[in-house]
Amino acid sequence: MARIGVLALQGDVSEHVLALERAGQGKVQAVEVRKPGQIEECQALVLPGGESTTICRQLESSGLTEELKAAARRGKPILATCAGLVLISQEIEGDSLVKPLGLMDIKISRNAFGSQRESFEADIQIKGLDRPYRAVFIRAPAIAAAGREVEVLARVGEAVVAARQKNLLALAFHPELTEDPRIHHIFLKMLEA
Amino acid sequence: MELENLRFGTELLKRGFAKMQKGGVIMDVTTPEQAVIAEEAGAVAVMALHAVPADIRKMGGVARMADPAIIEAIIEAVTIPVMAKARIGHFVEAQVLEALGVDMVDESEVLTPADEFHIEKTKFTIPFVCGARNLGEACRRIKEGAAMIRTKGEAGTGDVSQAVLHMRMILGQIRSLKGMDDLQLMKVAREIEADLDLVRECARMQRLPVVNFAAGGVATPADAALMMQLGADGVFVGSGIFKSENPQAMAGAIVEAVHHYDDAALLARVSKGLGAAMKGLDASTIPEAEALQTRGW
Repeated sequence: MARIGVLALQGDVSEHVLALERAGQGKVQAVEVRKPGQIEECQALVLPGGESTTICRQLESSGLTEELKAAARRGKPILATCAGLVLISQEIEGDSLVKPLGLMDIKISRNAFGSQRESFEADIQIKGLDRPYRAVFIRAPAIAAAGREVEVLARVGEAVVAARQKNLLALAFHPELTEDPRIHHIFLKMLEA
Repeated sequence: MELENLRFGTELLKRGFAKMQKGGVIMDVTTPEQAVIAEEAGAVAVMALHAVPADIRKMGGVARMADPAIIEAIIEAVTIPVMAKARIGHFVEAQVLEALGVDMVDESEVLTPADEFHIEKTKFTIPFVCGARNLGEACRRIKEGAAMIRTKGEAGTGDVSQAVLHMRMILGQIRSLKGMDDLQLMKVAREIEADLDLVRECARMQRLPVVNFAAGGVATPADAALMMQLGADGVFVGSGIFKSENPQAMAGAIVEAVHHYDDAALLARVSKGLGAAMKGLDASTIPEAEALQTRGW
């Protein structure tokens, strides 16, 4: 049984918990992580969607920042979606209240596609998947620039919306909001490595 | 990939947007400066309106959507989502808000209703939040396309009792559906004037199929935590922040209280030295005709 922690400071935490357990088919136990000491008990982590300014502020006051950074450095698999993608980046374009954790060598453009009116669903091609994947983008960020260690997995137009760097899988969209488990299967495979 | 294959304004996108707000505080603001204070305090979104509910109560007259110039200035001032209120049934105010680039419309009883019918919300690209006092009202709003429900409470009073009443009512009614067979669910749906499929969904999921926030009278960190412990997915704070003595401190403390709603020691710590909360008004002393919660059906 793999124990996977979902950072539960704000956002769509319960959707991630359900999606992980659904994809894990009895082999995954998903738990909410709020306090120091809990990250260590997990084999992998999910940074969910939500408001990155809020989550960033709560991360600082929760005392989880250093544990999170250490877990990423030690190679613990991390799935970061939307706000999570913003958090793990190296740099954010423009002025921002968000202080990124600098875990992944990427530069982020926040709300890259516009406001909620411009939020969209699209069938996108993702490296490693044979059929298109229905991706849900909600006030989504995009990866504006990526370092050499980063493998680009998907694009919408020119914008990079999925990427991997070693143990880090980062998405601008929300695999937890749809029924298709294929992204989660990729993530669960990373636990075996 | 072809950019013309993008699909906008789907139910999944609308409800998904609301899910991203969970565990957060949405704050009423009337100026860009207030919006910045809210964002810095950790609000997940701001709600733009021309006056906070406590002032709307005092001023009387017709309460309408905020000035588009102010809404635009608020959108410019922050990176978090900006919501704005439209009058019940006033679909043109909602069209204007959508055109301005607002992220979500609150079809709100705090403003003066424009119609006996609520807005047909499925016709819009952006999502709506609506107030409800009970499960029937919540289901009717969801059927019209609301992507998020909040309690009505009694706005502008700083008296949390009505929000408590409405949250207990909605969640209690959902609990009572547990174990009912389909004939019983049909009877309930008829009695509460709700769509049967939605009643079935609530019975099965044991919650509303959309995000369910508390609103209307939340004035302190303890109020906010109370609503979370009762089962709210998050909290709207109207007059409670900018009618308090120290809005910055109150805003930050309410955000902390919502995130750590079950940690009494932390609640004690963040509640210290905030200055006076808004003065408030005992909701039970408000004459029926002046109550905001009875607007809409």
